Amino acid sequence: MSPKTLYDKIWDAHVAHEAEDGTCLLYIDRHLVHEVTSPQAFEGLRMTGRKVRAPEKTIAVPDHNVPTTAGRDTHIDNEESRIQVEALDKNAKDFGVHYYPVSDIRQGIVHIVGPEQGWTLPGMTVVCGDSHTATHGAFGSLAHGIGTSEVEHVLATQTLIQKKSKNMKVEITGTLAPGVTAKDITLAVIGETGTAGGTGYVIEYCGEAIRGLSMEGRMTVCNMAIEGGARAGLIAPDETTFEYVKGRPHAPKGAQWEAALNWWKTLYSDDDAQWDKVITIRGEDIAPVVTWGTSPEDVLPISGVVPAPEDFEGGKVDAARRALDYMDLKPGMPLSEIEIDTVFIGSCTNGRIEDLRAAAAILKGKKIKDGMRAMVVPGSGLVRAQAEEEGIADIFKDAGFEWRLAGCSMCLAMNPDQLQPGERCAATSNRNFEGRQGRGGRTHLLSPAMAAAAAVTGKLTDVRELM
Amino acid sequence: MDKFETFTGIAAPMPLVNIDTDMIIPKQFLKTIKRSGLGVHAFDEMRYDAEGNENPDFVLNKPQYRESQIIVAGDNFGCGSSREHAPWALADFGIKVVVSTSFADIFFNNCFKNGMLPIILPQDQVDLLMAEAEKGENARLSVDLENQQITTSDGTVISFDVDAFKKHCLLNGLDDIGLTMEKEASISAYEAQAAQSRPWV
Ligand code: SF4
Repeated sequence: MSPKTLYDKIWDAHVAHEAEDGTCLLYIDRHLVHEVTSPQAFEGLRMTGRKVRAPEKTIAVPDHNVPTTAGRDTHIDNEESRIQVEALDKNAKDFGVHYYPVSDIRQGIVHIVGPEQGWTLPGMTVVCGDSHTATHGAFGSLAHGIGTSEVEHVLATQTLIQKKSKNMKVEITGTLAPGVTAKDITLAVIGETGTAGGTGYVIEYCGEAIRGLSMEGRMTVCNMAIEGGARAGLIAPDETTFEYVKGRPHAPKGAQWEAALNWWKTLYSDDDAQWDKVITIRGEDIAPVVTWGTSPEDVLPISGVVPAPEDFEGGKVDAARRALDYMDLKPGMPLSEIEIDTVFIGSCTNGRIEDLRAAAAILKGKKIKDGMRAMVVPGSGLVRAQAEEEGIADIFKDAGFEWRLAGCSMCLAMNPDQLQPGERCAATSNRNFEGRQGRGGRTHLLSPAMAAAAAVTGKLTDVRELM
Repeated sequence: MDKFETFTGIAAPMPLVNIDTDMIIPKQFLKTIKRSGLGVHAFDEMRYDAEGNENPDFVLNKPQYRESQIIVAGDNFGCGSSREHAPWALADFGIKVVVSTSFADIFFNNCFKNGMLPIILPQDQVDLLMAEAEKGENARLSVDLENQQITTSDGTVISFDVDAFKKHCLLNGLDDIGLTMEKEASISAYEAQAAQSRPWV
């Protein structure tokens, strides 16, 4: 048999039909649904009299629009948001899919709920009408975002019309220095490849530094594969994966667990597999990083200075000029002197328990800077409960953070959590586009520990100084 | 999806180049739960002033163009964000055909998924149709997809190309879902086999 990559193996196991031109019907094992990109798809089913083919493989949860303050289970002020959430309530009920409403402690960001409940398993195909579906690749499942017509297509047929992508290997060798986290890895990779570097590829992350990450960390890495332009990111499952999955509500049990495990252990890229592109980064070379501009590729070590447009080439010169203008930054300024007024810890990139622990470790016994607005939005109700049990919630609250309910929140500011024009935020989310966190708002992406450090000092700060 | 049938309709001239999907449907309308009903918001910022009053100069607000079913547009129509709300808004307004020298890729494909026909023609033929569209109430064009022809009010015939498979789908009202459902046997066979090999899924 010819050698295969992990992506090849998962792909081959899911082709339900292949046309002569290579167009395939890929069978979908898990379909995650949220309130923003699904209403038209359900409406389409109603209009054509179709039903959901596999409701038992479909999981819905409201996350993008929901407020993160108390009382939201009985009332949402913004009418359009309320209608979108109510539509999901109704659609989930009418079509019989699994549903976690805001009143359920298991509610949260769809990409955090899926793995937490054991819906996401190695070797699966996972889709969602949301680009950060890439998160689930951390389990060695092929996971990516789709458009609304495709959401309807998957609901009706449990398949997706697809052509295969190319294989790219991103290897992070060695070990990480203290203070360097999964977020720094994933940002560093995008800094290396650019936001279009992964276009046309599925990335497999491998190497000792990746193996050394927890599942939470691996999800952070795969989450941002999409910011690198890739269709999906993957990490081969191993003991860390199996241990995380075992015992979750929807994970296989007993004899089925053994059968699953046997197959999962074959899910790795063969030694002599062919790669269309390979990138290698030394783990030791990665520093805690921050973004300075309005694209996730605008990333630099915290010890660096704001670049000048002339440092770039081609179209990037103008883009950098525009970004510096929008971010109100001057070339040559040390990144560690950039003052911030808002800190957001949360999102599907960094809203898991390990992220909150990392931030709390920095905050313990400290206060946030006077006048700072700092908010923690746990990725799910269960993450929130666990953090309360571990005493982490108290550390945040004592430091001066707002302790919110689960949702997407200020990651994309579709709910009331928004930046005002000119406000500058240290955020653990994944996109620093113009206006992403609120019109005129400025976003610096960084790790949870770095965000905590910034909350304390009021400036972008090298977390190693506080450790 | 409705079958695409031969029709005669009014063509509105929109000679602007790079009409992007933000212009076609601005982001404040993405919070909707419907695919339908976006027609009143199509071209919102060009069509209405800040108070919501119609801008009388905008082509689709002019009496003779209010019922347009065809848009003749400048280069690179539908560029920008991939939002499927853009073709939804146009289709809901009643647009069936857009003619231009070029289209953005995603928008082009999204049109077919929503029963609309985007037609690419060389510059001189777009110019000719643009001149026809400027004729106001006489701006009537007939579009015959079967024979791949546009006929003007004075009988001039222009031929166009279209992908054979996409044409087949439009003519028969087949959407992707309908086509995939024709492969039901393959999907069921896959499910049966997967239930054996990966019963835990
Ligand atoms: S947390 Fe942000 S990136 Fe993740 S699903 Fe929500 S809006 Fe999208």
